[in-house]
Amino acid sequence: MSAEKLVEIRWHGRGGQGAVTASEILAEAAWEEGRYFQAFPDYGGERMGAPIRAYTRISDSYILQHSQIVNPDAVAVLDTTLFSLMDVTEGLKDDGALVVNTSESPADIRKALKLDKARVYTVDASRIAVDTLGRDIPNTPMIGAIVKATGVVSREGVLRTIRERLGTRLGKTMAEANAKAVERAFDETQQG
Amino acid sequence: MQLKGWKDLAIGAVMLEPGSCLAYETGSWRTQRPILDLEKCAHCFICWIFCPESSIQVRGGKVTGIDLTYCKGCGICSAECPRQAIDMVMEATARKGAKDEG
Amino acid sequence: MRVKVKGKPVALRGDEAVAEAMRQINPDVVAAYPITPQTEIVQTFGQFVANGQVDTEFVAVESEHASMSGCIGAAASGARAQTATSGPGLALMWEMLWVASGMRLPIVMHVVNRALSAPINITCDHNDSMGARDCGWVQLYAGTMQEAYDNAIQAVRIAEHPEVMLPVMSCMDGFILGHTFEPIEILPDETVKEFIGTYKPKHSLLDVEHPVTYGSVVFHECYYEYKRQQIAAMEKAADVVLQVGQEFGDLTGRYYGLIEGYELEDADFAIVAIGSIGGTIKKVINDLRGQGQKVGLLRLRCFRPFPAQEVAQALGNKRAVAVLDRSLSFGAQAHQLQMEVAYALLTHGPIPKMVNYVYGIGGRDLLPSEIEGVYRDLMEVAETGIVPPGVRYLSVRQ
Repeated sequence: MSAEKLVEIRWHGRGGQGAVTASEILAEAAWEEGRYFQAFPDYGGERMGAPIRAYTRISDSYILQHSQIVNPDAVAVLDTTLFSLMDVTEGLKDDGALVVNTSESPADIRKALKLDKARVYTVDASRIAVDTLGRDIPNTPMIGAIVKATGVVSREGVLRTIRERLGTRLGKTMAEANAKAVERAFDETQQG
Repeated sequence: MQLKGWKDLAIGAVMLEPGSCLAYETGSWRTQRPILDLEKCAHCFICWIFCPESSIQVRGGKVTGIDLTYCKGCGICSAECPRQAIDMVMEATARKGAKDEG
Repeated sequence: MRVKVKGKPVALRGDEAVAEAMRQINPDVVAAYPITPQTEIVQTFGQFVANGQVDTEFVAVESEHASMSGCIGAAASGARAQTATSGPGLALMWEMLWVASGMRLPIVMHVVNRALSAPINITCDHNDSMGARDCGWVQLYAGTMQEAYDNAIQAVRIAEHPEVMLPVMSCMDGFILGHTFEPIEILPDETVKEFIGTYKPKHSLLDVEHPVTYGSVVFHECYYEYKRQQIAAMEKAADVVLQVGQEFGDLTGRYYGLIEGYELEDADFAIVAIGSIGGTIKKVINDLRGQGQKVGLLRLRCFRPFPAQEVAQALGNKRAVAVLDRSLSFGAQAHQLQMEVAYALLTHGPIPKMVNYVYGIGGRDLLPSEIEGVYRDLMEVAETGIVPPGVRYLSVRQ
């Protein structure tokens, strides 16, 4: 029943990279489109640099469950140094999407992870962030890449949310720079 | 004394009557009685500061006596007095003496 | 009936939603100390204070013992006082919890449930508030973030009802609700203000025309009588929780009772639980009902006072019942919720077959598949007529 059209996404990052914010912005973009959402973090101690996970759940109907996401439809990895610490593809659906912030190709990532299932996407989100925001905060470009990979929300919807949400918090200039980062990521994400 | 039932007591053990401790005569606890020698007293009020029952009587800037209705005979006044102006005597002896004089 | 108020849909984290309710309540005094996972309540509310959005006297205390003491002093002075805490913070308050209820002060405390040390754990279970279940506080547990916000508002009315005058804990699951970002409906400020009304204390330490004494010594002559009054107030609180929940529903369309039943009436197999797990259980029920299984949920919204009659009435006709505890009573025959449910059924009967489960200790997740397993267990119990002895510990590694 409620499981129809349920999309579950897991975000892997390090404290300070904005994975939690990314999980929330994507959720709000879905809300803009009249859908239901949950976004929640899974912290240990909240420390800069510590590995963290965050989750986004998006559905056409009210989301009842509050259990953790174990079989995500998509996984976003904000930092490839996490590969050596954990299996980022754990539980990823066979037809799911793995989206990685890297300058390498999807084939390289597939090889590095010995992955023979799922779709793999790569984008140099850190570089895009440095170009557009002046700092390596790869979370917003990674939202663009996740949207490209999953189509879970529309490109226009996520851009509108970025402009509104970040506009009130960071000001118009930074919001525009973030929107630009999302657009670039959307265009530059490669599939393989 | 007839005590109130649970439905009749004010909730939260709030006491609504101010100064109700006046009815509690702690003087009945006393086994030793302070005897104040006004000849020695310098009216420094150290006893007045220390007395836990506020029993040191004062009038016109002078110590005048000790309120035996509330004095429980703890002897702090006697111990603290720099002039040794307060002696503690056995309450029973003091009462007997009072009776003999009376 | 008056026209329902339309709320404003907003996206917030659970802690922020509670802070928002506190802003709208605008308490006279908030004395609080930050602790994970409640920190965001105090932090967000602190910003409201700094921005001048509330009139509250905010006291940044040095510990939770002090925060409850501060609330007690403020409430005895006739102020509307609130605080918030979690896990070890609640444990440190324990002495003062009894003082608050014993003095009959209508303090509202927002509890974000967290496991107790040791070992140190910041995530959710219910041992903090369950450990305080005998302290004379009304306890509400939210199933959703919306309910956490709604309960925070209703708690004020319940606490301050002249025939109740008891402190209230409004609990929600740490992280699972407290840190989850979700859409909820926030009522207009004016609506909340009108709903909670003005607190008119019967006595105030600041009223020099009518001096009173709080906190006197009472020995065996009268102490028992004051405790008997608290028992009566707690019984009355059950009516008031219902009455306030009804009134809140008339206003917002969201009605609240002492318990919530989901697909319960015609169910053969029921799970009894507290807190956010209710949502996950509902999802499982939807799936199993789709397969023709008659399964249902009874979620306790109010644990103190315990709604024994309602629970017994809702469960008496079931073939088998599972009671899910998210707290532990070491050495007991069963855990806290199970004991209450069992005695409710014993006194109000009939008594279905019951199995006690423990789940979610120290933040351990409980998956839909495991909940489905509980229903399967119940079906087997009903089939064989055999209730396995002892408590079942879900999702613990062997």
